[in-house]
Amino acid sequence: MNEFLQLLIVGISQGCIYGLMALGFVMIYKATEMLNFAQGDMMMLGSFVAWTLIMDLGMPFWLGVPATLIIMALFGALVDILIVRRVIGQPQFAVIILTLGLGIIFRAAAGMIWGQVPLTIDSPISGFSSFYGIVIGNERLAIIAVTAILIAILWAYFRYSKWGIAMKATSQNQLAAYYSGIPVRVIISAVWAVAAAISALAGILLAPITLIEPMNGLLGIKAFAAAVIGGFGSMPGAILGGLIVGIIEPFAAAYVPAVKGSMIYVVMLVVLALRPQGLFAQMHKKKL
Amino acid sequence: MRILFKTNYKQDLNLAKHGGHRFWYGLLILVLFAVPLIFDGYYIGEATRILIYAMAGLGLMVLTGFTGQVSLGHAAFLAIGAYTNAWFLAQGFSSFVALPMAALLSMIGGLLVAIPAARMSGIYLAIATLAFAIIVEDVAGHLSSITGGNRGMMVDVPILFGYQIWESWELYLFVLSILVAATLAVLNILRSPLGRAMIAVRESEVSSQALGVNPMKIKVFAFTVSAAITGLAGAFLAHYMSFLTPQIFGILLSIQLLLMIVLGGLGTVHGVFFGAVLIGLLETGISIAKDSLPSSIGGLPGIEPFIFGAILVGVIAFEPTGIYGRWIKIRSYMEFFPVYRRKSFKRQRAYLKTERLR
Repeated sequence: MNEFLQLLIVGISQGCIYGLMALGFVMIYKATEMLNFAQGDMMMLGSFVAWTLIMDLGMPFWLGVPATLIIMALFGALVDILIVRRVIGQPQFAVIILTLGLGIIFRAAAGMIWGQVPLTIDSPISGFSSFYGIVIGNERLAIIAVTAILIAILWAYFRYSKWGIAMKATSQNQLAAYYSGIPVRVIISAVWAVAAAISALAGILLAPITLIEPMNGLLGIKAFAAAVIGGFGSMPGAILGGLIVGIIEPFAAAYVPAVKGSMIYVVMLVVLALRPQGLFAQMHKKKL
Repeated sequence: MRILFKTNYKQDLNLAKHGGHRFWYGLLILVLFAVPLIFDGYYIGEATRILIYAMAGLGLMVLTGFTGQVSLGHAAFLAIGAYTNAWFLAQGFSSFVALPMAALLSMIGGLLVAIPAARMSGIYLAIATLAFAIIVEDVAGHLSSITGGNRGMMVDVPILFGYQIWESWELYLFVLSILVAATLAVLNILRSPLGRAMIAVRESEVSSQALGVNPMKIKVFAFTVSAAITGLAGAFLAHYMSFLTPQIFGILLSIQLLLMIVLGGLGTVHGVFFGAVLIGLLETGISIAKDSLPSSIGGLPGIEPFIFGAILVGVIAFEPTGIYGRWIKIRSYMEFFPVYRRKSFKRQRAYLKTERLR
């Protein structure tokens, strides 16, 4: 029983990371119908920027984190303005290939700038907590707490703030949003900025658990599986999908080690086969 | 500028539209078959690799270029073909059994993916095929009794009529003849009703349905044909590599295949070959250019993928029709010389086409 709970909590904390990244995917997808295959690499870049600010330039941790988020938000907006905006309305594969290419560039650039040697960030949260016979690292608890807070903030943002509502409107109907005076281009860049900041936060949260290295960007594929299981286009679904993926992983590794690498993809394919539009479907029929 | 005078409806169906086509493509095939007379070992090996890429790209082009279904997992079919071929050769069968079995097994693999995949569209399909490729790579690592697992597996040389193909130029000719046959087969499919239905499905699923095409059937058909051709390419890749490990067939190979057909020009058979040649030359070109650069730049780890990615992004952003599209523009510029209009190739103003109704 204890082992079960232990695995569950580890899975939930890992799942929160996937959920945050999946959230980034879904936000961009909802706003622009683009699949950002570079999301995982943006997360990786975020953790490298945080490393530079905190460990290299010696910023205090609590200053370095918001600074990283701002830098990555600007970066995300720039990526949209300079490159991605060109392919809006192009066929889906063009977007997929473009973001795949961006991911390759980010990964290679990170390798050139920061090298392939794994780095660590000294986190102010460390040590272990134990309750009910479970021992769990404090940084894992921090992940769960931060994710919960962030979800609350995002919920309030999309419910009450002017920008959040404008983003929702843009994602529902670009033309109508444009007619009502919403600056659609600015909104889309802002969505990219928010998504980049969220994934940078995921990267910072992940940094104390795994080391920071360029290959971390490939975690994005798992976050993809999470977003698909949750159904693209549903933000609570993305978090739930992330949790499902995160929980499956440690259990598969513990009980059926032979399939630990591909278990989540098998689950994803089963979900896709049963419900081709994901668990929380938003797409109904393709328009002409 | 050539003006064709058509006297017969059948003329629209001809593979070679006029004498110029017949002459130049015939010459191209002759030159390709004569390559072993001119070049020696190393270049023959490089040329073989380009031909194998072209064959794999041809398979992907049927699916992505002509039917519009993006696959991010074509390395899986390469893997199935490669391992099937190697296993049958290891059991002492000749290539006459091993090659068709490689095509058949990847075809079955394609069918397995296609049946759920035909119901999906766009992004879901891309992700599902990606997952399929990851699973196949994982399975190849675990099935040690057949694939040798992560330790790898030696591949025997091809055997035809009891004759073992050892020389690199013999392998080159073998690959070339199969590739020519496969290209002709694809061209023939494309001018048949099935091929036209594939293109209709690519352009608009709903409209094709309204015209009496069953998109599900067409997609499944495209998947199986594509998987079979890619499986054949995988079988030859096994011979070219002569040693197989599951890591060869990672996601990067799938991306490279996709990159190839996009660079060449999506939706054209020419594009496959342009792309394969470009990718083949790029790999050698980058490694040569690296040596001539100052070591502070050339010695950086990861400069190759960086250049690769930059080219990929540049092409999609600035010339989405690829090399073949650019060539068409240059050719029509020359054909219509004084009266060429840049606007005739202007991209349509694009708006976001949503897949959601709400």
